[in-house]
Amino acid sequence: MNPGGNPILTLVATFALMSLFAVGGASAAIPEMHRVAVDIQHWLTDKQFADPYAISRLAPGPNVLIVTLIGYSVAGIAGGLAATLAMCVPTAALAYAVSRLMKRSSHSRWPAIIQAALVPLSIGSMGSSGLILTLASDRTWVALLVTAGAGALAFATRLNPLWLLLAGGILGLAGIIG
Amino acid sequence: MLPDSPPAATATPEQLTLPPPGLFALFVAFARMSLSGFGGVLAFARRGIVERHQWMTAEEFNETFALCHFLPGPNIVNLSVVFGSRFRGVGGAIAAFAGLVGPPIVLVTMLAALYVRFGEIDALRRVLAGISCAAAGLLISTVLRMMMPLVRKRHVVGLVVMAAVFTAIGLARLPLPAVLLGAIPLSLAVTVLMRRRAVA
Repeated sequence: MNPGGNPILTLVATFALMSLFAVGGASAAIPEMHRVAVDIQHWLTDKQFADPYAISRLAPGPNVLIVTLIGYSVAGIAGGLAATLAMCVPTAALAYAVSRLMKRSSHSRWPAIIQAALVPLSIGSMGSSGLILTLASDRTWVALLVTAGAGALAFATRLNPLWLLLAGGILGLAGIIG
Repeated sequence: MLPDSPPAATATPEQLTLPPPGLFALFVAFARMSLSGFGGVLAFARRGIVERHQWMTAEEFNETFALCHFLPGPNIVNLSVVFGSRFRGVGGAIAAFAGLVGPPIVLVTMLAALYVRFGEIDALRRVLAGISCAAAGLLISTVLRMMMPLVRKRHVVGLVVMAAVFTAIGLARLPLPAVLLGAIPLSLAVTVLMRRRAVA
């Protein structure tokens, strides 16, 4: 899978770096996960890449756990644990340091400016995540319709997302998605 | 009437919050929020910290969360560390983080093991394919919701920056670090410039 290198070390290096560039959270880093896991390291195929995201949406907990699933597929339990810690610890340490520095929000304008500057970047990368996951999971027109329908329902209503995932699963089981 | 219910008329905001939690209480509270958080833990974190435990007022929560929002990495993980450390220093940060990530990681690892064992069964493949389609739609709806404020305010610069990042990462598939190293300074400069012009 990764000749000449320890897969755990590769996982740690990959996700520790990714952690610091995940502006907007784990779901903004999905394009980078896809690029590394599918295109560079060949840990997963494009078609397989949709599965860890689907499973992480089904389980409770923070959405960073998609990294656990990718790590597990590379190197089992140790891989999942190493990848998750690598994805969390660098930014957690950064968050800790910054929160010590700014004990109380000094009425500086900078946090608001930084946030205004970063929001469009997060939306752009999360939009890319949406595109990449759609391309990985939608192989038929019906599948594309299910994605569009789930997106429209989630956008227009306050329906619990679990119902939409369940509906997708039932349509899949019925063999409609193909 | 509970004897310890605070007299709302005389209490200052500080007195409305209860004494800071211990390490084990932090671990349990974050584990509980995390395990009830299907599709996002933030709402449960607010409910747990502000309403259920009254460890912080709503204002303190918002202030602390704003800090986590512009830092990179999983937001809710940052939030657990910052909250934990506000209450109990480094130990508190570790306890809150362990509570947030520990129990669900065990669950997800079990799912991963099941997937490796049974993932090739045809029925399961079909179910997962259907769930993936819906999950992609859910993510797209989140993106649209985040876009709405920019559209409503006709924030042209923001929308252009967003489209440029989408083109670079989603279409051209350039590496995220490279794109952000270019885009962050650019977006910051434009934002500062626009605000100066708005003031002048």
